[in-house]
Amino acid sequence: MSILYILIPLGLVLVAFGVWAFFWAVGSGQFDDLETPGWSVLVDEHSGREDGKETGGEESEP
Amino acid sequence: MQATTQCFHCGEPVPAGLQLSVRIAGESRPMCCEGCKAAAEFIRDAGLADYYRFRDSPAPRPEAAPDDTWTTYDRPEVQLPLLARRGESASVNLLLEGLRCSACGWLIERRLERLSGVTSIAVNPATGRGHLEWRAAELSLSSILRAIHGLGYRPHLLGAADTLEVAVRERRQAMKRLALAGLGMTQVMMFAVALYAGAFDGMDPILRQYLRLVSMLVATPVLLYSGRPFLAGAWSSLRSGQFGMDVPVTLALLLAWSASTFNVFAGQGEVYFDAVTTFIFLLSLGRFAEMAARHRAGSTSDALLRLQPASAIRLSGDATERVPVADLRVGDTVLVPVGESFPADGTLVGGATMVNEAMLTGEAQALKRDLGEAVLGGSVNVAQPARVRIDALGHQTVLASIVRLLERAQTERPAIARLADRWSSWFVGGVLLAATLVAVAWLLVDPARAFGTTLSVLVVTCPCALSLATPTAITAATSSLARRGLLITRAETIETLAHTSRAVLDKTGTLTLGEPLVNRCTRLGSVDADRCLQIAAGLERTSTHPIARAFRQVANPLPAPADARGEAGEGLEGSYGGIRYRLGRRDFVAVIAGTADRRDAGTYLGRDGEWLAEIEITDTLRPGARAAILRLARQGIATEIASGDHAGAVADIAAQAGITEYHARLRPEDKIALVRAREAEGDTVLMVGDGINDAPVLAAASVSIAMGAGTSLAQTSAGAVLMAADLDIIPAAVETARRTVGVIRQNLGWAVAYNVIALPLAALGYVPPWAAAIGMSTSSLLVVANALRLRSDTTTARAAPAVPARVTGTAA
Repeated sequence: MSILYILIPLGLVLVAFGVWAFFWAVGSGQFDDLETPGWSVLVDEHSGREDGKETGGEESEP
Repeated sequence: MQATTQCFHCGEPVPAGLQLSVRIAGESRPMCCEGCKAAAEFIRDAGLADYYRFRDSPAPRPEAAPDDTWTTYDRPEVQLPLLARRGESASVNLLLEGLRCSACGWLIERRLERLSGVTSIAVNPATGRGHLEWRAAELSLSSILRAIHGLGYRPHLLGAADTLEVAVRERRQAMKRLALAGLGMTQVMMFAVALYAGAFDGMDPILRQYLRLVSMLVATPVLLYSGRPFLAGAWSSLRSGQFGMDVPVTLALLLAWSASTFNVFAGQGEVYFDAVTTFIFLLSLGRFAEMAARHRAGSTSDALLRLQPASAIRLSGDATERVPVADLRVGDTVLVPVGESFPADGTLVGGATMVNEAMLTGEAQALKRDLGEAVLGGSVNVAQPARVRIDALGHQTVLASIVRLLERAQTERPAIARLADRWSSWFVGGVLLAATLVAVAWLLVDPARAFGTTLSVLVVTCPCALSLATPTAITAATSSLARRGLLITRAETIETLAHTSRAVLDKTGTLTLGEPLVNRCTRLGSVDADRCLQIAAGLERTSTHPIARAFRQVANPLPAPADARGEAGEGLEGSYGGIRYRLGRRDFVAVIAGTADRRDAGTYLGRDGEWLAEIEITDTLRPGARAAILRLARQGIATEIASGDHAGAVADIAAQAGITEYHARLRPEDKIALVRAREAEGDTVLMVGDGINDAPVLAAASVSIAMGAGTSLAQTSAGAVLMAADLDIIPAAVETARRTVGVIRQNLGWAVAYNVIALPLAALGYVPPWAAAIGMSTSSLLVVANALRLRSDTTTARAAPAVPARVTGTAA
């Protein structure tokens, strides 16, 4: 049973990590809108700001 | 009848004879106006045509706005209170009017990302807000706003202390608290199972002490962080000299925790950390569901923001100048173009016009205003440019006084809520008294067992089941109703709804759709009725009056006459084939048609020397309204109408809906007086309404439901918001509420019976604290399971409404 003296603190460290990760996720707004992100993967990203300003109509390669 | 084509962009019917189209994804799509065409072409040319594939509702129709509407926002004195600056970069929060689905948010984000100078844009379609950051030196704010407006959305700037941010912070905080409590609960529960097993089978004392210590280490942060709202709630209610429900919760938490901690260090006695964490988790869960429902309703600031324009055109001599509204002074003269709202209360000094006070009064019909008459800030100028001398600004305006009325009504809590508070106060007092008596008795009999027994009493009578009885049932009912299209925004709504004995309904927009329709066209002259309607529809094409919307349904309307002319509050005139026609009020038509010896009802069409038709325009009764009223009557709920409209229109709708009691021409104060009088007679009144004028009465009634298509202000004052277009949900909600109250009674009955049996046993020292904790947990689980039955309610459930329209009243 003495293994418990190591396993329980280990478990608590994992829980603490889980709490920290969740707090971070909430704090960075990941739970503010649960609808749009799931939907946005369906949309092809066209030319973004990085590869050209106001490029107009041409379809860029994904 | 010819099938009308719908605009591919905004979904409105394309006027006959109009040939506008845009090629999108290889197909030619019809457009209803140049604005839509430009917006659709822009979206296609920017490679954003995917928008049309993914949207789930049509786009807003772009409207032309004077260019200087946006340039005002470049002025430092307008920007200063709204913008946050950090070095070169500036940021601002936006409210986007017309945002209808996720695709809209995507479209705005992609559009702005293409503007060089914009560093970040995030749009949240769920709230209609956006956060914009850009380099102020490179790009003016007005050009960004103009780009958004070009897509058909109307941006509004929000100040830094936005109510939404407060709500987001509250939600994030609550989520963290809930997560910590949940994780902590599972951990402590695991150790508790080991400890209980050890209590029966024997356990190494060092391991036992170790597990107790670890439980304490986990439970303490849960109590201090997740339990903080309860501790703070109890503290503030004690300071105001009352026993709220938070008081026994906190007392049980603190006593259980401190006794457990004491026992951990003493190395003997029981620990109750499992009870502490479970309790906190279940309570937080209930509070979280309540908060989520509350946030879904709109916020007061939204409604006010949309009502008041940010800038106005000031006239000094012949010169015009666009200035921020804050710079206006009483006595200034401002020019208000058609389609804009009046910046403040004033007197009309130039240009007799029509105003739409729908946002203030909830009545859709535009009203005539002559020179010298008063106009209200927030109402919309619909007929022609008007010059207004300002009489009252800011807090002196009628709009501000309506808001004050609303605030006062909100501070007065309904009688039933006060009763519930008093009742729970008595219960808490009783528990505390019982615990004290037990402690004193045991100190006299056997001081060694006094603390353990008293704690047993507190744990056993811990109002867990009792305090869960109501919130769990209400939460289950709330989510069940939300699926059917009724959002409950206040905790006490369901309880009060179950006791409702009388429903007072507003007319326009509540019982009716708020959309005028041509009801009947009676032929008076030599031209047949269909032809008369076509002529009328042709004349109405030139009009911006709300009535004109009624004529959009007419098949094959004539084109607009070249010499069309409108007279504010009277009617329209124009010629076809050299013959002059007039459409409008009786006396207006009589000028060309001859003597006016007919009754003055509805709208008339006439031409030189001849009366042609009498056209009856009515607002349509909401589908299902009559059935809903019937069902309410079967439930024993009397209904009556309280409307600001004139008696004829109200009587007509009352007859159609099957309501015998109605009151017309009521001002907001009159409606409150009516509701107060009914409540004084002993009725529990349910108020259903929408406009801003209904906001105070919605807040004053025992329980209220606001229409989802109504103004945000009305929604904040109501206890519930009806998102579906179907009034039939109201009787269904009453039924659910009654069943909920039944479940609450069962739960309370169970909790009381449990306490009545357990308390004497514990007081006599027969219940060890661990058994008390198990008994308490089982009791809570039973209560929760019983409440969850309300969720699986399929008897009256129906398909959920499609997308609940996030309708925003427009001030534009």
